[in-house]
Amino acid sequence: MLSKAKLLFARMLVPLLLLSVAGPVMAEKTRHWGDLNMTRGVTDVSRQIYDLHMIIFWICVVIGVLVFGVMIFSMFVHRKSLGYKAANFHESTTVEIAWTVVPALILIVMAVPATSALLNLYDTTEAEMDVLITGYQWKWQYEYLGEDVSFISELSTPESEIYNTADKNEHYLQQVSQPLVIPVDTKVRFLVTAKDVIHSWWMTEFGVKRDAIPGFVNETWARVEKTGTYRGECTELCGKGHAFMPIVVEVVEKDEFATWLSEKKAEVAAIRELTSKEFSLEELMTTGEAAYNRTCAACHMANGEGIPGVFPAVKGSAIATGPVTDHLSIVINGKTGTAMQAFGAQLSEVDLAAIITYERNAWGNSTGDVVQPIEILNFKQGQ
Amino acid sequence: MAHGPAKGIGRWIFTTNHKDIGTLYLWFSFAMFLLGGFFAMVIRAELFEPGMQIVRPEFFNQMTTMHGLVMVFGAIMPAFVGLANWMIPMMIGAPDMALPRMNNLSFWILPFAFAILASTLFMEGGAPNFGWTFYAPLSTTYAPPSVNYFIFGVHIMGASSIMGSINIIATVLNLRAPGMTLMKMPLFVWTWLITAFLLVAVMPVLAGAVTMMLMDVNFGTSFFNAAGGGDPVLFQHVFWFFGHPEVYIIILPAFGVISAIIPAFSRKPLFGYSSMVYATAAIAFLSFIVWAHHMFTVGMPLTGELYFMYATMLIAVPTGVKVFNWISTMFRGAMTFETPMLFAIAFVILFTMGGFTGLMLSIAPSDIQYHDTYFVVAHFHYVMVAGAVFSGTAAVYYWLPKWCGKMYDETMGKLQFWIAFIGFNITFFPQHFLGLAGMPRRYADYALQFADWNMVSSIGAFIYGAAQLLFLFNVIRTIVAGKPVTEPKTWEGAEGLEWTLPTPAPYHTFSTPPEVK
Repeated sequence: MLSKAKLLFARMLVPLLLLSVAGPVMAEKTRHWGDLNMTRGVTDVSRQIYDLHMIIFWICVVIGVLVFGVMIFSMFVHRKSLGYKAANFHESTTVEIAWTVVPALILIVMAVPATSALLNLYDTTEAEMDVLITGYQWKWQYEYLGEDVSFISELSTPESEIYNTADKNEHYLQQVSQPLVIPVDTKVRFLVTAKDVIHSWWMTEFGVKRDAIPGFVNETWARVEKTGTYRGECTELCGKGHAFMPIVVEVVEKDEFATWLSEKKAEVAAIRELTSKEFSLEELMTTGEAAYNRTCAACHMANGEGIPGVFPAVKGSAIATGPVTDHLSIVINGKTGTAMQAFGAQLSEVDLAAIITYERNAWGNSTGDVVQPIEILNFKQGQ
Repeated sequence: MAHGPAKGIGRWIFTTNHKDIGTLYLWFSFAMFLLGGFFAMVIRAELFEPGMQIVRPEFFNQMTTMHGLVMVFGAIMPAFVGLANWMIPMMIGAPDMALPRMNNLSFWILPFAFAILASTLFMEGGAPNFGWTFYAPLSTTYAPPSVNYFIFGVHIMGASSIMGSINIIATVLNLRAPGMTLMKMPLFVWTWLITAFLLVAVMPVLAGAVTMMLMDVNFGTSFFNAAGGGDPVLFQHVFWFFGHPEVYIIILPAFGVISAIIPAFSRKPLFGYSSMVYATAAIAFLSFIVWAHHMFTVGMPLTGELYFMYATMLIAVPTGVKVFNWISTMFRGAMTFETPMLFAIAFVILFTMGGFTGLMLSIAPSDIQYHDTYFVVAHFHYVMVAGAVFSGTAAVYYWLPKWCGKMYDETMGKLQFWIAFIGFNITFFPQHFLGLAGMPRRYADYALQFADWNMVSSIGAFIYGAAQLLFLFNVIRTIVAGKPVTEPKTWEGAEGLEWTLPTPAPYHTFSTPPEVK
């Protein structure tokens, strides 16, 4: 009887041996299959998280090996087919207490490093700069508080790649129009909020994930130790563009950041200049088409027809063909209770004027109206 | 004197017989399982490769939402109510459920609830697309018009669950045979009794949440709308106050099934019966005080975060006790490995793996990285599919001979097991890698570094899907052409009152209560 058990055991050993040989080979082979484990990241917090993750992982592996080991041993040896006779024990207060107390002790030991990591993660004091992150359907706005610099960062992967009419580039779905730029070795406090539904700002390499919730401003922070380009994503379901609002952060040297920031300020000033310029219909239509496709087409579609029952059409709509002020109002202030955002805070006067002009003259909406940037500014200031 | 069932369709519509209603529940849940499985196939087909190939992102979101809702409320919960209906009276020596007419009602409103829910797929604006957790304001201000049908459907499902639970509580507390004390009840009855209390406690909370949504959507209130003074995070607290006990509602009866099957095929009594009962009660209690561990990234205050982390870690203790007890039951038994035992053993292994990842998720700082990624998707499919669905399958194979007096084909059963086991692991194991590497859940499309494992996962899903069709085939073939069995005890090591009854179980059983020593 015992020899039969040994035979079974031997049979079981063969696949185990095969696995132990195949394991490392597979690991080598699968390198191009992407990472199998969590990243160590480039901040103090992300490393603490990684260490916790590995500790608890190995605790689980050890418990698993012990528990499954007993079970598999039993499955191979305590078989009726081997003539094994069942024992009849079914109670032992001692073991019950032991396997209640031992796991509880392991958990207490585990709770100590977890608590200290959490304390560190929540310590947003003594930040050297603040960035306000606002989630919108389906893009991020970054505002450097106190610097008067703010911009929208949205997906820059072309539709043709998403719908498979063009080859996908290396950073498919992880590239944006304008990345967030922050200096290295600087404690940056992120203030995270949203204007419509809940989003979540996740930068894996920083160990930062905070929900962006309308009406709340959440705080979190990162001090990045290595320059480079980091890519993250939105992690709270926020509608149809959920998978299409990535996050890209460029971490640069401090002096490089100072240069970038002053250039950015000059750029903002230049755009303000343009507000007083008079544009032709053609200029506005060209700028407008590009801006519309970037900002509006996700809901109202590139052909202006919207999605029936969900997003209204612009083509032939009462607003786009009616009085200009109504049109200005809805684009600038949005419509409460709907997905229509207040774009007055997101876009420049030039873009707003171009989009409205485009909407009033495209797809057979031939009102012939030309809206100049200055009219937008006047409208905003007048209300 | 006992009489047989009525003839024709009227038998099923007007039936108050616990066996008929159990059968109705089981077939209904299997139909929903196939429907929810179909939605999963659409999801996995779309995720087979990067890029949008089959559906649009807005429809993809409807598929993930409907898959979750149909599986949780339509497949798993009714399946266990069906098992409870069939087995509880037979296990405690009762002639029927305590409230047979309410039993009929609680089943027959379910098809309407799901017809309403499924009809939203054909509405303008589409089906609910805000995830099965329906976080506001995506599910209120920004929801498609079909949200009202969704709310109505959830209300009906809730009413059905509450009635079903009251019935189970009334039956267990009042209709036990003489001598069947509480601490002699089979563990399946115990786990269901505790589950029923959980359901009665939390389904009204869910009803409250969806009613507040209804108000926000239609009557201008601002419960969850920050612009009107409301609080979107409040929704999550209320939802998870329901949602966390809900996951134990799904798994506790599964524990009960496994606690019946493992001793039967180990030919040895369940190890630590009373500690199993206490562990079940402890899990049920803890389930009420850990809800915000689903919300570690919403920006709770530090103290709240710490409390929910510690409380959540504690769940590992009673859950561990259960696993240790099952393994001690197997230890030094005389085991055989028929299909129900294979599913039960797979349950113990895979559910424990889901428990391990659950323990990892409870560590709040690490959860910052895991939260809302495929790591979580892998975790809850290990506990829900390998947990609830595997144990449900085990239960069907275990009791099918008793129900219909026919024996299933062992080879076919084992074939289904191995296809399901391998398919399941190919589907969900790689999702751990995807999540750790940074792929968020509910993504209609993904970056290129996730392509290979997604393809593997999709292939696994198709294999696992095929295993379910084989399950359907096996069950139908058993009923139609299975080898007849007549001895009361199908399995050598099976214990319990249900095995003292003739096989197949007559339409009415225990008209006079048995004496339990």
